[in-house]
Amino acid sequence: MIAIVDYGVGNLFSLSASLKALGIDAVVTGDRKKIAAADKIILPGVGAFGDAKRNLDERDLTGFIKDQASNGKPLLGICLGMQLLSDVGYEYGVHEGLGLIPGEVRPLTEAVKGLKVPAMGWNALKIVSECPILKYTSDGEYVYYVHSFYVPKGEYTAAYSEYGTDVSGVTRNGNVYGAQFHPEKSGATGLKILKAFEEL
Amino acid sequence: MITKRIIPCLDVRDGRVVKGKNFVGIRDVDDPVNLGRRYNAAGADELVFYDITASSEGRKLFIDVLERVASEIFIPLTVGGGINNLDDFDRVLKSGADKVSVNSGAIRDPSVIGAAAKKYGDQCVVLSMDVKRVDGRFTVFGKGGRENTGLDAIKWAKRGYRSGAGELVLNSIDTDGVRGGFDLELLEAVSDVVDIPVVASGGAGKTEDFIELFKKLPRIDAGLAAGIFHSGEVEISDVKKALKEAGIEVRI
Repeated sequence: MIAIVDYGVGNLFSLSASLKALGIDAVVTGDRKKIAAADKIILPGVGAFGDAKRNLDERDLTGFIKDQASNGKPLLGICLGMQLLSDVGYEYGVHEGLGLIPGEVRPLTEAVKGLKVPAMGWNALKIVSECPILKYTSDGEYVYYVHSFYVPKGEYTAAYSEYGTDVSGVTRNGNVYGAQFHPEKSGATGLKILKAFEEL
Repeated sequence: MITKRIIPCLDVRDGRVVKGKNFVGIRDVDDPVNLGRRYNAAGADELVFYDITASSEGRKLFIDVLERVASEIFIPLTVGGGINNLDDFDRVLKSGADKVSVNSGAIRDPSVIGAAAKKYGDQCVVLSMDVKRVDGRFTVFGKGGRENTGLDAIKWAKRGYRSGAGELVLNSIDTDGVRGGFDLELLEAVSDVVDIPVVASGGAGKTEDFIELFKKLPRIDAGLAAGIFHSGEVEISDVKKALKEAGIEVRI
């Protein structure tokens, strides 16, 4: 059972539907007991870093999710959910993240010149290190991104895409994973990534 | 780099996909879920659904279609037709849409663009424009292309961009259904004044039209078509293969 954390940001229709299509049991919930009972957690999110972090804080989920991950439960952050796993974000101010994957979230406008922001569309994944959630994914497969902020490619980057700079596509620190793109919108490639996460 | 996108557009009326020429003479084509499945398998990068029903009965059928598609096809879905306010945005986003396209609703009340961008993010708001030359000037038409609004298309595009639209869909009424190629003159004029993705619509008749579009206008991000894909005259997989061979990055 996967718990999709519902903390008032974003639209969870496609994420739930994609897990359902894969035959994976999932529950959309903000209830700590239900999240604790699940074997894996997905932290979704669209919108701004600060607002999302505040929503997590207000629901007493920040420390709770950190504890769940620290106890070894697999956690996957998607899009803004992935960015929240970092130490710090610079979207409309400076905001502390969950600190589960070391690194920071920077504005794309600072790195890309003459390219459109938000970056929206399909981009190729370049795999740099072996990663369990990419076990069914080949180098060069396309995934669907929508974002204005990014985690620069670094030590915890398992795969990246090029958009004026090297943008982390998949990050990993032990049992904690991040996907900057939307696996639930990335066709067959995205479904393979969700399936691999479920199989951890 | 982010690839160019090929997008089939499905006009839905009373739960069925239909197709007309120059916005009139509508014919029944197929079941939207079947067609969506076929396009997904052929490599469509996104699907656009326009609800062209006027009745509340038809609207219910449309939401049902949207939910069925979103439950089995996992690529971006854009929805338009009858979007006038934030409640309409909410209704389709909850049923699986990723982006919402506003057209006549924004002409009536331009503030809906900014309000929706603030609530759901720029990336969610698509401004769709139906444009026709009137006395040599690009003019915006409302109500499915039936009403001359008198608005200048270039100014309207700029205004939509500045208000927070995250993408523009430019439908040329002059080339729609004619199959002689996209309206490059209009597309160039508009894409020069905005810094968001621009989707070309209206006029594609063959694979080469897509190559010409992206070669001549590199600032255009996507090509949209309906009839040629519905009829099978042009296959999306062939278009993408040809684009790749022409050196244009696409998802294959």
